[in-house]
Amino acid sequence: MFAYFKQINPTLNIQDQTFKTYKRMSADVTLENITVKFDEFTAVKDADITIKGGEFFSFLGPSGCGKTTLLRTISGFQEPSEGSVYIGGTDMAGIGPNKRPTALIFQNLALFPLMSVCENIAFSLEVKGVSKKERRRRADKLLELVALPGQGDKMVNELSGGQRQRVAVARALAAEPEVLLLDEPLSALDLRLRQHMRTELREIQKRAGITFIYITHDQGEALTMSDRVAVMREGFIEQVGEGTKVYDNPATAFVASFVGENNAFQGNVSEVKSRKVIVTTDYGNLEASLADDVKLSVGDKAIVFARPEAMTIVKRGNAIKNVINSRVVYQEFEGNFWHLILDGKNGAKIKMSQINDGSTHVFEERSELKVQIDPKLAVALPFGPLAAE
Amino acid sequence: MKKWFNNFFLRNGLVLSLYMLLVSFIWIIVMFVLPQIFMFDFSFRFNWTQIDPSKIGGPEDVYTLQHYKFLLFGSPNNPDPFNIVDVSVFAHTILTAVFVTFFDLLLCYPVAYYLAHVAKGGVTRLMMLSLVVPFWINELLRAFAFRILFGEEGSINNILVFLGILSQPIDFVRENVALYTGLGYAYILLMIFPIYNAVESLDRNQIEAARDLGSPWWRIHLRVVIPFAKPGITSGCTMVFMLSAGALALPQIIGGPSSLWFTQIIYQWFNTGSNWPRGSAYAVSLLVICVILVLMIMKIFKVKFGEIGR
Repeated sequence: MFAYFKQINPTLNIQDQTFKTYKRMSADVTLENITVKFDEFTAVKDADITIKGGEFFSFLGPSGCGKTTLLRTISGFQEPSEGSVYIGGTDMAGIGPNKRPTALIFQNLALFPLMSVCENIAFSLEVKGVSKKERRRRADKLLELVALPGQGDKMVNELSGGQRQRVAVARALAAEPEVLLLDEPLSALDLRLRQHMRTELREIQKRAGITFIYITHDQGEALTMSDRVAVMREGFIEQVGEGTKVYDNPATAFVASFVGENNAFQGNVSEVKSRKVIVTTDYGNLEASLADDVKLSVGDKAIVFARPEAMTIVKRGNAIKNVINSRVVYQEFEGNFWHLILDGKNGAKIKMSQINDGSTHVFEERSELKVQIDPKLAVALPFGPLAAE
Repeated sequence: MKKWFNNFFLRNGLVLSLYMLLVSFIWIIVMFVLPQIFMFDFSFRFNWTQIDPSKIGGPEDVYTLQHYKFLLFGSPNNPDPFNIVDVSVFAHTILTAVFVTFFDLLLCYPVAYYLAHVAKGGVTRLMMLSLVVPFWINELLRAFAFRILFGEEGSINNILVFLGILSQPIDFVRENVALYTGLGYAYILLMIFPIYNAVESLDRNQIEAARDLGSPWWRIHLRVVIPFAKPGITSGCTMVFMLSAGALALPQIIGGPSSLWFTQIIYQWFNTGSNWPRGSAYAVSLLVICVILVLMIMKIFKVKFGEIGR
């Protein structure tokens, strides 16, 4: 039990010799105009991106957005219809998945049920012809790395979900990949374990020092673990950037609505002054910042996005700009936050959040309420498709 | 036990429960256990029906091992140390059945794997159809057709001679090639389908994971697919082995004239020999040896008996 916690604690094990031996070569992954077509259907459209060596990079998108196809293209299970994949500067065309310096962790983990934990982990070593004794030694070391010391002789079905998760990571790392590909490996775990494994995966990545490419539809996972995130929609990469950038400065309406919670107010641009935009909406004129690299001119259809935390309740009489009149539909308590669900126009709901400072007023249902949107935090973007609820 | 029956009736209702119990009873007890007990019992009795029917049930109707002794050592005035003809035919039958089984396994495993994991929709259906349809032809017709195919004047010889590969036609029937091919062909479905069933349930990701970890194709089969398909392989091999060892029509029709199949000897004792007890003893011996062999192989390959039913 003590050993287990020691593994999780990053300050303890960074210096640990065991892990130093697992520092690997990491490689850049460059996708050059990758398009993947299945008959009539185009799963990935013109993906052009460079993932730096040693980076924790996530592809984030709803199911069916092409992120798994992209991962399979990198690992070699899928040949791109157009474009090329470079790993560590080498063109991977015609190189099969068993010859690429990548290792893939499958969504269902795909551990071999008829092999022991040790045999699973050492499978890639067995393929390379490493002696049985050496295989055992390295498997034991990897088991320590993933905080499962001494579990090598168990069968896979004797382990819990989180333990299997770690075995899958160890098995992939045993192949000494330069790039580790992860296909939603946490989706089968329950919430607490998932959150715990996030930290742990990030830790393992730091220790191993290799490139991690992570696929997920869970924006929380993507934001907490990654150095950079690529948001995908219908085969397109809509935006690439650090988590904060994607969250604070979304490039498209889809990114704004998919990453984190957001309220969308549609309208037409009525005024543009440098980085400030005024959009005429059903709720009146709303002022918002213009997102980076985005152009809007007067008359354009636009959407103002305001996050729940970008709104405040207007106390009697003090604000007139960016104010929305509404009614409370219901109120939710989430410990650190109070969420207020307000009535919007055309049946829409507006969500706003307040930090629970101990003095939060409890609102009655249907009571009238004025909320102000912070123009510095609200973002105006050209009209475009939103993420499905 | 009583509780189990209670639950069984509660869960399935009266009609279904009675029906299932009845058919299971008929299937296991009436059709399988009882007749085999009769045969087993028969094999230890004197052939009174032929010698003196009035002795049946009398004080001289006792158990005897004479038929088993006959199989091993022949008649009392046999000069040889053991019954050379019967024992060698027995061994030959078993060995050939093992060979046929092995041959079928080599032939069918790739096909079953292809059907389960490589072929897509239309191709799968077409292959399934082309596997099943030839078995609409009855065994006798097929056997005689094989005589035409493999005979000295048969199509294969004609083609080989015409192409100049052979200068003289070979009598494939006499050389037992026709028999081995015929037996192998006859039980192909019984090999393919159990393996197909087993392989099909293998998660494709496991194959891909093995590949991703650097494994060449043959090691994927050796370490991932075959261990997973082992129950299916065992089930297929068991059926093919048992059925070819027990085949009668094919050896009769396309077997070489000089070589006997053990079932033919059994048949002779029952039929022309009018010696049912001896026939039973021979048949029981074949059964017991086959079962022991199968259990031994299962032990070696560490397959549990229950897994076959999966």
